Amino acid sequence: MSQEKTKTAEASVPFWKEMFSAKNMKLLSRPFGSENPVTVQVLGICSALAVTAKLQPALVMALSVTVVTAFSNLIISLMRNSIPPRIRIIVQLTVIATLVILVDQVLKAVAFEVSKQLSVFVGLIITNCIVMGRLEAFAMANKPWPSFLDGIGNGIGYGIILVIVAIVRELLGSGTLLGHQIIPSCFYEAGYSNNGLFILPPMALILVGIIIWIQRSRNRNLIEK
Amino acid sequence: MLRNFLDRIKPKFEKGGKYHFLHSTFEAFESFLYVPDKVTSIGSHVRDALDMKRTMIVVVLALVPCFLFGTYNVGYMHHATVGVEAGFWQNFWFGCTKVLPMLVVSYVVGLAIEFIFAQVRGHEVNEGFLVSGFLIPLICPPDVPLWMLAVATAFAVIIGKEVFGGTGMNIWNPALLARAFLFFAYPSQISGDKVWVADAVSGPTPLSHIAAGEINALPDLQTLFWGFIPGSVGETSKFCILLGAVILLWTGIGSFRVMISTLAGGVLMAWIGGLAGSTGASILQHILSGGFLFGLVFMATDPVTSAQTGTGKLIYGFLVGLMAMLIRIYNPAYPEGMMLAILLMNTFAPLIDYLVVGRNMARRRKRLVLASKKA
Repeated sequence: MSQEKTKTAEASVPFWKEMFSAKNMKLLSRPFGSENPVTVQVLGICSALAVTAKLQPALVMALSVTVVTAFSNLIISLMRNSIPPRIRIIVQLTVIATLVILVDQVLKAVAFEVSKQLSVFVGLIITNCIVMGRLEAFAMANKPWPSFLDGIGNGIGYGIILVIVAIVRELLGSGTLLGHQIIPSCFYEAGYSNNGLFILPPMALILVGIIIWIQRSRNRNLIEK
Repeated sequence: MLRNFLDRIKPKFEKGGKYHFLHSTFEAFESFLYVPDKVTSIGSHVRDALDMKRTMIVVVLALVPCFLFGTYNVGYMHHATVGVEAGFWQNFWFGCTKVLPMLVVSYVVGLAIEFIFAQVRGHEVNEGFLVSGFLIPLICPPDVPLWMLAVATAFAVIIGKEVFGGTGMNIWNPALLARAFLFFAYPSQISGDKVWVADAVSGPTPLSHIAAGEINALPDLQTLFWGFIPGSVGETSKFCILLGAVILLWTGIGSFRVMISTLAGGVLMAWIGGLAGSTGASILQHILSGGFLFGLVFMATDPVTSAQTGTGKLIYGFLVGLMAMLIRIYNPAYPEGMMLAILLMNTFAPLIDYLVVGRNMARRRKRLVLASKKA
């Protein structure tokens, strides 16, 4: 009796409720923390070094990568049963490249200044290991909707780290956030000066390292043997 | 009296005591004040009077001449530039007001971080920072703002040392890392070419004369040797550095292999640079100016971050000297190359050791094969 009841209840669940079920939501939120692509899987480090000297390009980069991972996951997942396994990498690259060119063109049209700052790094999303990694690890074996969520989740997980690093670097390196002066001028008069090391790429690496350190001392399961 | 006091409060810090969580702090103060009474009771062990505490203290003693002269020189340069006639004690006193705050900041910040980490990780505080904390003010120009010094010290201790597991595990020399941090973070304050000599007056160091090709503006060799020149606190007097070197070599703490090969590398590169016409300064002028000798005696020989094997030390030192002069002569952005050269070779020291040990093993294996063939 009770079993029947649950069955009917399940059947009558509206599709949007199933779409945002706990399992699917987990796909979205796991990459934020315990499966973070940057700090746990250590992917996408190169662009994290390159675009995080200022907050604005980091935000745009995070958004671009999220769009590319989400839609390439979706498209590949839709095609996953018809892609011959031997040429799957080429097919994946074609899809990613198409999306990256789209993103690049949109950025050039909408935000030309930022696009100039990001220069080659938008184009280099094609080689971002996170995109390819998610296609291989998730989209090739899962349905389109979960793949889409997984793509968004990983894009945001990457973005979070980028934004944290960029906030610290811009604040301490230039004293600004999004170009606005944050550190008051009376600090400078008292002898404070901007830390030039934070503008240089090595500091991004050190900051990512510190984030990894903090994360692993809070979550001991992540420590490698 | 102090001993009685320590004995009385000791139980409180032992297991089950009230302040057990402060155990390592107590340990540190006790062993700093008295020779630890703990001895190895079982098993074989090497008997030697030289424990880590004593090693560190000897290095600090070797640094004292440089420190005293550096302090005096700060006052001397100041009064000479301002044009005021000043006696010995006046010079020394003025130097103290500049150098002592740097020393205090470096020790307080560094030791505070060391104590916090020791407390959190439950291991003992050891004496490693006594040397680093003494070196940091010696390799900085006397006008570096104290808060910058504090930030640099914190960076060096956390990122250079504690991340790798504390004293003995670090890859880079912590004191040099602090200077490198200052160098890249606040290039306008510390760059190795112009240093403060008096309030609001900065003068070029001998190195900037060399970099600019103004060889005639260089002080004569004697002045360079005795150290009445502007520069970082501890690096100016080559005489005091040699005094320190004698102490280190006599006690066997500093490696003579590293010192000699570093000198050889530096001389060779300065000679090549002179032959190629890239630098106008003579070999002696190069060796005696800047932080070359100071780095050679006190930084390159750091037993933790240099190569460990005998042959490895020779290779390591030679490359340090070579790189230092290479950077100095051929890179116009960096008038001084010693800091970067030592840090670079610190990074490669484990690789050098690995190769040396590997070669030795291969040689012995070959000998074994030959011997067994004969038999």
